[in-house]
Order: sequence, then structure tokens, then C-alpha cells
Amino acid sequence: MDIVVTIILIGGLFFFAGGAIGIIRLPEFYCRLHAAGQLDTMGVLWTMAALALYVLDDFSLGAILTSLKIILIVFFLFITSPTATHAIVDAGVRAGLRPWRKRGAEE
Amino acid sequence: MDSIFFYSALFFSILMLLSLYRAVFGPTVLDRLVGVNAIGSKTTVLLILIGLMYHRVEMFVDIALAYATLNFLAVLAASRYFQKRKGLYDEAPTE
Amino acid sequence: MPDQSRGNLNSEGQILAKDSPSPSNQKRKSLTSFILTFLASFVIWLILSGKFDLFHISLGIISCLIVAYTSADLLLPQQKLGHLIKVWLRFIRYLPWLLYQIFIANLHVMYLVLHPRMNQLIAPGIIRFKSKFSDEMSLFIFANSITLTPGTITVYVTVDGNYAVHAIDRKSGEPLPGEMEQRVANIMGE
Repeated sequence: MDIVVTIILIGGLFFFAGGAIGIIRLPEFYCRLHAAGQLDTMGVLWTMAALALYVLDDFSLGAILTSLKIILIVFFLFITSPTATHAIVDAGVRAGLRPWRKRGAEE
Repeated sequence: MDSIFFYSALFFSILMLLSLYRAVFGPTVLDRLVGVNAIGSKTTVLLILIGLMYHRVEMFVDIALAYATLNFLAVLAASRYFQKRKGLYDEAPTE
Repeated sequence: MPDQSRGNLNSEGQILAKDSPSPSNQKRKSLTSFILTFLASFVIWLILSGKFDLFHISLGIISCLIVAYTSADLLLPQQKLGHLIKVWLRFIRYLPWLLYQIFIANLHVMYLVLHPRMNQLIAPGIIRFKSKFSDEMSLFIFANSITLTPGTITVYVTVDGNYAVHAIDRKSGEPLPGEMEQRVANIMGE
């Protein structure tokens, strides 16, 4: 059980690391949103699955309730993350930020 | 198992420092907002990890849920606010 | 505790009800959506509170009744119960495919981000297309599915189905109004 939890947790950490590196490396605001919004959501799904499995290891009512709450957090994030991403994109579009075009390799 | 949780929490802190770079030095306001959002979603997982380390996860999971809600509301409010400050109200987005 | 469940339902309801017709001509609230809203919020209450004695359950029933009375017409549009159940079952069957797509696209974006010559690989741009949906619910599900898939973000949607999507490179933006639109159309039974 511990090995499964560790593998899933490391998978989630991999996605989170990709998100953080993407936020630093990508050239422009719209592209950074791709890394920030979606890779983080996937990482949350994996790490939360691992933690819910670990909590469920000793089987009792409290453990079931706790892992249900963790699943509720994931569900909530899957609803709110597209909304938050869209809110930021909308703010960017209305503020008049042009999307970055490829022009050499600046930045 | 505790040491695995400890090292992944440490890894999370390093990732949060990387995101903090974008939140501090971002060229525009919205870049900072992206950094803050990324830090928030990492904090949600980090809170549960801390709860598992201290064997009080049934308490920390409530805090994590409230934090996720607050993070979402903060990002929504901040993005609406900064879009208003620009003073561009035309509905049709340009390009 | 009650604040959290109420906030959850309210934020969800406002997203859904953004484009729905004004509730003034629907003054008589349908009993079905009232009961379904009550049950959903009561299940969330039970999970969040975790205490099953008489006092806490009666508190939950009272606050869930208030929430269901005020926001029953926000969470669920007015529909027949059988149709609603069919839509939910088809939506649940849609979810594994969506998760698989999200996973594939995640790996692609990870490859882009970690590639050393990233600046040559990415080609961001905005794609426009017109979908065939007229129903608000399927527009909403389709837009959220696009945004959840990495590499593509919905910039705006209009009521008559015009989408603008920001794609990070050509490969993730190319297959867009294709299979996903067909699957979402299958959900709503169009």
C-alpha cells in the first residue's frame, strides 16, 4: 500500500514540478496560464488521490469521512479551476494584452 | 512513510519558491496573479501533508477546503478588480 | 461549516445561471429541483460535519432547507426528472474519456515545458470556430472541457456558439471542434 501511495504521490509531484518550471520558463502571460492552471489541477488530482488512499488505509468512519472530504476538495478544484483560469484570461484580453507571436528567440 | 511526506512537503516548498519568483518579478499584474494562484493550489496539498505529518489530518482537511475556497474567491476578485482598473469596458475583445 | 456548503452551491449556481432566462416568469419553483438541491446540499453537510447525532442533523436539515428554497432554480434548470437522470448518467460516462484526454495533453505540455528548445516549439495563437450547440448547458460543458485540457484555454464564448480558443501550439489546437464536440453532443442527447 505504501509503495502505491508513494508512486502516485511522486507522479503528482512531477506534474507540479512541470507547472512551476512552466511558469518560470514560458515567454508570456497567456502561455504561463496553460502551465499554471492545468498542470496544477492534474497534480492536485494525483497527490490528493494518493493522500486519500493513505488515509483510507486504516479503515474506520473517520477515515472514510476524511477521504471523502479530500475527494470533495478535488471536485471543487475541478469546477473552480477553469473558472479562475477563464477569469484571468478575460482580464488579460480586456486589458488589451496581445498574445505573443513567434519572432526570433527573444526572452 | 513520515519521511516521504516530509520530503514531498520540502519539494512543495521549493516549487512554491519558484512560483514566488513569478509572483514577485512578474512583468505585469496578471503574471503575479498567475503566480499567486499556483502557490495557492500547492498550499492546499501542503496543508494536508502537514496534517498527515502531525497525525491530525481530520482537522487540517477542513482548513485545506476553506483555503481552496478562499483561493478561488481571491483570484476571481483580483482579476475582476484589475480588469476594471484598466478602464477598458468594450465588450468585444480585440484579437 | 454551513457557510462552506452554501458558498459552494452558490458559486456553482451562478456559473450555471449566468445565461439562463430571468427567473421572473418562473415564479413557481419546481418541486423536483427543490428536492434535488436539498439532497445534494444535505449530503455535503453530512460529509463536512461528520457528526450524526440529532442536534447536528436537525441543524443541517434546517440550513439545507433554506439553501434549497433560495437557490433551487439556480442549481438545476427546469427539466423533467427522467431526462435529468439520463443526462447525468451520460455525463458520468463522459468523464473517464475526458480524464484520459487531459492526461495525454498534460504529458504533451510537460514535454513542451521541459524541452530545451521550447521557444521554437511553441506557437501560441487564437483559434476561432463556431460550434453547433444552441443549448447553454452544452456550451458550458464544452467550454470547461476545453479549458481543462492543457494547451487550450477558452477565451470567450458567445451565446450563439462562437468560440475563441487560445492554443499553445499547433498540435494541441488542431483537433479542436472534432471528437470532443461530438461527445458533448452525445451527453445532451442532441
